[in-house]
Amino acid sequence: MSRPLRRQRKALATRARIFVVVPLGLLVGVLFRAQVLRSSDWLLQSEENRLRSLVVPAPRGIIRDRAGRVLADNIPGYSISLVPDQPDSMLSTLGRLREHLELPDARLEELTRQIQGRPPRPILVSVDAPFDAVAALEERRSGFPRLLIQSRPKRRYPARELGAHVIGYVGEINEAELESGDFDGAEPGWIVGRSGVEATYESMLQGRPGTRYVEVDARGRIVGSFGGVGGVAEDPGTDIDLNLDLELMEWIHNIFPEGMNGSVVALDVETGGVLALYSAPSFDPNVFAGVVSTEEWNRLATDSESPLYHRAVMGKYPPGSAWKLATAAIALELGVVAPGDRMQIPCRGTFAYGNRIARCWDADGHGSLDLAGAIQHSCNVYFYQLGLRIGLERLLELGNRMGFGDQCGIDLPREVGGTFPEDVGFWQRRYNYEALEGEVLSLAIGQGPNDQTPLKMAQFLVAIARDGSAPAPTLYSEAPAREGWRLNIPPEHLAYIREGIHRVTRPGGTAHLSSLEHFDLLGKTGTAESGGGRPNHAWFIGIAGPRGGAAEIVVVALVEFGGSGSGVAAPLVAKTADYYLRGVHGIPRDTIQTLREYLMAGRNTAWATLRPAG
Amino acid sequence: MKARPTWLDEGGFTATVLVLSLVGVAMIYSAGVLEVPSRITEGLWLRQGFFLGAGIVGLLLVSRFPSRMFEWAAMPAYVLAVGVLAVTLVVGSGAGTAEGVKSFLSIGGFRFQPAEAAKIATVLALAVLLARRDDPPRYLRDLLTPAALVAVPLVLVLLQPDLGTALAFVGIFFAMIFWARTPWPLIIFAASPGVALILAYSARVWSVYIVLLAIGLYLYRYRLYLVESVSVILANVAAGAVAQPLWNSLADYQRNRLLVFLDPGLDPRDAGWQLIQSKVAVGSGGLLGKGFTAGTQKRLAFIPEQHTDFIFSVLGEEFGFIGTLLLLALFGFLFLRMIRMAEAARTPFAGMFIFGILGIWFTHVFINVGMTVGVVPITGIPLPFISYGGSFLLMSWLAAATVVAVANADP
Repeated sequence: MSRPLRRQRKALATRARIFVVVPLGLLVGVLFRAQVLRSSDWLLQSEENRLRSLVVPAPRGIIRDRAGRVLADNIPGYSISLVPDQPDSMLSTLGRLREHLELPDARLEELTRQIQGRPPRPILVSVDAPFDAVAALEERRSGFPRLLIQSRPKRRYPARELGAHVIGYVGEINEAELESGDFDGAEPGWIVGRSGVEATYESMLQGRPGTRYVEVDARGRIVGSFGGVGGVAEDPGTDIDLNLDLELMEWIHNIFPEGMNGSVVALDVETGGVLALYSAPSFDPNVFAGVVSTEEWNRLATDSESPLYHRAVMGKYPPGSAWKLATAAIALELGVVAPGDRMQIPCRGTFAYGNRIARCWDADGHGSLDLAGAIQHSCNVYFYQLGLRIGLERLLELGNRMGFGDQCGIDLPREVGGTFPEDVGFWQRRYNYEALEGEVLSLAIGQGPNDQTPLKMAQFLVAIARDGSAPAPTLYSEAPAREGWRLNIPPEHLAYIREGIHRVTRPGGTAHLSSLEHFDLLGKTGTAESGGGRPNHAWFIGIAGPRGGAAEIVVVALVEFGGSGSGVAAPLVAKTADYYLRGVHGIPRDTIQTLREYLMAGRNTAWATLRPAG
Repeated sequence: MKARPTWLDEGGFTATVLVLSLVGVAMIYSAGVLEVPSRITEGLWLRQGFFLGAGIVGLLLVSRFPSRMFEWAAMPAYVLAVGVLAVTLVVGSGAGTAEGVKSFLSIGGFRFQPAEAAKIATVLALAVLLARRDDPPRYLRDLLTPAALVAVPLVLVLLQPDLGTALAFVGIFFAMIFWARTPWPLIIFAASPGVALILAYSARVWSVYIVLLAIGLYLYRYRLYLVESVSVILANVAAGAVAQPLWNSLADYQRNRLLVFLDPGLDPRDAGWQLIQSKVAVGSGGLLGKGFTAGTQKRLAFIPEQHTDFIFSVLGEEFGFIGTLLLLALFGFLFLRMIRMAEAARTPFAGMFIFGILGIWFTHVFINVGMTVGVVPITGIPLPFISYGGSFLLMSWLAAATVVAVANADP
């Protein structure tokens, strides 16, 4: 090789080395910048890449009855939702979802409407997806890029129909609720109480959702949990124990006349605690645990028997004769009558007032009665005169003080108050005529503009059963005691009213056949006109307790179109009270409870023949 | 024949190739360690190891062949390679993410890329062609035949379309005319239409460039024929004119790759995604890396094509700056070693051939590493000795064997 050629090569080689080293050096420089100088930024980004925060729903508090029996708890479930995207692509995903998940046409239509709504929101396809569907979708995850499958506890109501009205149900929070601010810190997708105790104690039951970090792969699939930074443990909701007695509810359900509608309320006399709050017909709240289809909702909402309607606290019925006890209590408080007093005009079946004739239900008349006798016989003529002695204005004043125009204040949402004229101006406002003093005649016997809920009547009776005070009925066992109102009647006068209603179940009383072997039952029947030619609504309001002892339970039964209070409602009250009290006092329970049942079963009824003393 | 095997005589060239290949097998093993089910099976590193074994055997054999045999075989090999490339365009098939690309041939269940062999054949042919000259090229027309020789396989590869491999042919051409002592103004004029093609994105920039080029040609006027000067200008104008239609004829993914190179945020889900995730992987590796097989970007399948084109990202994530520095140092050492071998070669053919191979490998390394850190646009081009790919590894080892064989040849 020639010398110049070698020199030339050497120069070329040197240049070539520069050409190689400089670009490689450039790469090293870029790498140094990325991996050393800016590494922390990239590291942060890689953490953001792989870690996702997930909301962990807090398990909702469990609701139990007074004996610890579960009324509402949680079971594992899966929710399936769609992350917002172009409506077209969401609709197509929804279409493909149907291959794996059962979606009725009505539900699909509803979701389609939601998807087309503005602004785009995450769409909750199912809060209760079957495990098979979830497994199938998980396998095909790549085909459903914007599908979010989350485990989420699902509400379960083991008491089914029995607890439906009291415990209520839950549902996904809606936009109006989100904006209302009633739900502190709520996010879309939250499950909140919609009715019953679930709604009243929403803030206690809800708890606080936590966050958890999970490691995800490039497609957003969760690969594993991440124990490192952050994460907030969820705060489970508070459990709630109710005064309610599930066994008693079940018993009432068994004895309630088949196919009839109505309500039974049982209150603890000492505390005002709600032992039973039964409303027939009912529904299974478990259907609300998932997404309720419009179809299902409509079926329940338009059912002619109104199963969603909580008759015990929302149903208003004319109280009829049962309200005569209120008239008596008002008269005694005002002192317009003394227990032994008889009215000027004995009952001959009719009562003339002004130019009108008011009738007693017994056309033969009751003759001259004292208050207890008038209560026992439910004598209209006596109560007409008592009403006139009280006067319309004072009757309205005290009736309102006793809360007949208000709610009881039970810890349930949407309790309705009674209908009762606030003052004499009521007639002018409602019927456009000046109230006549004669209005008091109707009111005194529980007729006229007076509609009460079964619960209201029960609360009133609690006041009669104890010292005249009526605490607000409560479902939650730890709810603070709230004084409702009180009657200013001396204890002996209350005892006198009780004596009057005790005679109702004694020999000669209309409900004697409903008397009990082991317990005293005091009660008053009521018959409320239902109109439309159908049978009357049947009332029976009762107090029960050990023989000669203090009253322990108040039971009110209302059977719509039941006809006779003594025939239909009284046995219901007697059997409910007996069932409860036998449990409390350790007497073996039996299905043969009332005198009628003893007679039909051919049992010894010696206990029932005792005539009242005096 | 000498007493000592020739492959021990080149001061660490083969050893470096072996170390790089072993690093490759290790990184392919790591790329298979995933948290998620993937079509990347764990056994790929074994396949790569098998091809490495074949490469070593091939090197032991081929490195003993006499240099004359390569010179003799160069032209037939070139013709054969071009023929096979043409056939591939008709019956070829794609692979992996590039299903629509006709770059693979399968024969009896064995798939290989004819372009890999064509690169070596082209280097052989061009080395023979350039080595025949005693004088360096003096005029542009002296570069016409070499350019045509490279252009034929280049165009065939571009038609597949495989831009990355086509760029390797460009690397071959310039590396070899450089070593053929071509004056640098000629190299610049030869490269100028390519530059014009790129600069054509802005009419103003392109106009300034053409004026500068014309000035350059005027200053160099005594060394060029007039027709050559005019041709250069015309070629540049033509390049500028076809830029827009050419751009339009590109596939969407190719256009996106170029656009996201300029702005990765433009398309953060698809084309930009690869670039961003690759940068995140490399950057998050830090100084020391996350540890062998422990890269989270890789484990969770954030890195695209992590066993082939983006294997450097895996290495960067798991071994950090130390790892990438060492790897580039190894490549740097390999390239400097080859320059030294070319310098010391006793036949012009040997130096030419070594520079041709250097051109291939350097292009691959610069573009591959450059794209993972966002310095060059994403082009599907593997990292020699490291990326998974049987035929590519084998061909690289055969190229290395030929380098060893010709480097020691007597005139």
